[in-house]
Amino acid sequence: MKDSSEGYTTEDGRKIGGVVMEMKNITLRFGGVVAIKDISFDIREGEIRAIIGPNGAGKSSMLNVISGFYVPQEGEVWFHGAPRPKMRPFQVAQQGIARTFQNIALFEGMSVLDNVMTGRLTHMKTGLFAQALWKGKAEKEETANREVAERIIDFLEIQAIRKTPVGRLPYGLKKRVELARALAAEPKLLLLDEPMAGMNVEEKEDMSRFILDVNDEFGTTIALIEHDMGVVMDLSDRVVVMDYGRKIGDGTPQEVRNNQAVIDAYLGVSHD
Amino acid sequence: MFYREAGDFSTTYPEDSQTFPIRFDRYRYYVVLAFAFLVVPFIINDYWANAILLPFLIYAIAAIGLNILTGYCGQVSLGTGGFMAVGAYACYKFMTAFPDLSMFINVILAGLVTAIVGVLFGLPSLRIKGFYLAVATLAAQFFLVWLFNRVPWFYNYSASGQINAPERAEFGILVTGPNASAWATYLFCLIFVTISALIARNLTRGSIGRSWMAIRDMDIAAEIIGVNPLKAKLSAFAVSSFFIGISGALFFAVYLGAVEVGEVFGITKSFLVLFMVIIGGLGSVFGSFAGAAFMVLLPVLLKVVGVDMLGMPTDIVAHLQLVVVGALIIMFLIMEPHGLAQLWRLAKEKLRLWPFPH
Repeated sequence: MKDSSEGYTTEDGRKIGGVVMEMKNITLRFGGVVAIKDISFDIREGEIRAIIGPNGAGKSSMLNVISGFYVPQEGEVWFHGAPRPKMRPFQVAQQGIARTFQNIALFEGMSVLDNVMTGRLTHMKTGLFAQALWKGKAEKEETANREVAERIIDFLEIQAIRKTPVGRLPYGLKKRVELARALAAEPKLLLLDEPMAGMNVEEKEDMSRFILDVNDEFGTTIALIEHDMGVVMDLSDRVVVMDYGRKIGDGTPQEVRNNQAVIDAYLGVSHD
Repeated sequence: MFYREAGDFSTTYPEDSQTFPIRFDRYRYYVVLAFAFLVVPFIINDYWANAILLPFLIYAIAAIGLNILTGYCGQVSLGTGGFMAVGAYACYKFMTAFPDLSMFINVILAGLVTAIVGVLFGLPSLRIKGFYLAVATLAAQFFLVWLFNRVPWFYNYSASGQINAPERAEFGILVTGPNASAWATYLFCLIFVTISALIARNLTRGSIGRSWMAIRDMDIAAEIIGVNPLKAKLSAFAVSSFFIGISGALFFAVYLGAVEVGEVFGITKSFLVLFMVIIGGLGSVFGSFAGAAFMVLLPVLLKVVGVDMLGMPTDIVAHLQLVVVGALIIMFLIMEPHGLAQLWRLAKEKLRLWPFPH
């Protein structure tokens, strides 16, 4: 693998483009607690970037900073080559950043289809009056977006449950629906917060396949947090390792695996 | 037997997303509509119009309005009575200020005025939710009633403090005032109900409806996937208040004819409409109709059974009504939080297969 500012080629021959998002010296505090301390890394177009670390390392906080839910006290988030001004989470979503949640955050009262269509909201622009009339503009927009949503539903193999209320679905399927909702936005950057938490081996394999397919088929840039080391090492192109809010490693899975600081963080250091 | 979807295939997405995707359902809906428009006006009399049909139609609009806010967008409101009063007084002011204006336009303008007031009182919803928002809307209820009582400009300085609907004709037929005939007032309200229900259905199945429901189900997640909470909540307040304002205008101008605000649009009115929405079914346009029908018919039914058939004294029956309604509310909240609409859905599921369950 050769790293350059123009991108690189992965071991399996995928071309990775320029920098999409860059975190510059991010520091995030909650009162006296420092959740993230002076972290910088970048995410490149088309790559699968993993953020790993022991419990409480600040991974989810990092994802929340990227998705605009937390505003860091210091540092800047650069998106597409410019610093991102302070904005509300829904504006970040409109810029093309979609995410899933560690604890599923689906809309339980709505059907699978409605949940996926909610992911299309950033693409739907008709006003109140056109929608009240329905015929014409609103219906056309609905149909066009429904086609995109159905493609995603097809892709993730959840056609059979599209009219089922989400509250009735089992856990593994809910995770998949949540991925579908995030994908429906056709995001430039997809954030996955522990997509495989609480899954059995088969479900993990399914989910890994879907993540790889998404990256392959739509060319979506993906940043993910995951605890299962095997999955992370197999899926990701580059890995950021965090511990106690600091970055202790960054590089390909192979590099990270041989990094002494990472080994210490995960296995502990003997004090004799 | 009564209801089946076998052989009914949607081949396009618009077909699949229509209000009644099943053909049988659709035909039944057309039949009901045709009956309401073409048959009922010829058989209607004053008793049916004033005791059952007019209150049902008008409360149905109010229930649709509140259902959009509470059932679809999840914002609890106890200000319905106050917003109905805004509709009534706005309608009254327009009727007296512009005597030549069509009644249709008066009512719609009253709705628009109420929408603006609703948005104003909806502003706190951006900061607070749940019980606290309910209390804020309760404040709206008391403030608005107080305002219409205390500022004589609203009731045109009349000595009684009441507002009286002047006579207005539409296509040469009286629709307001004591001389309006039953069928005319009925048709006038029916037109508003039909259009309100259509609009409500169109909004709730589209992207705006989804953003409301997303806010209702999980507001933080909704914001992170791109729902603007300010826009979603305030549009829900606006649309909801628009319908409630229309129902208030009709309640005053077409149904009662004369209104004393504290009596007609007090806190009990807010609770009545809220009960309709809860019993009928939160988050369902059909539920709004079911709830309105239920709450309008229940007193009539109790009176027929209690006073006429069992010979009980009238005041006992009136008190019994409170007990029955209270018990039903508790029962619905515990046993079927989605109300009559959900019972209807379940009945349809069963009837789909009846009498051959396999």
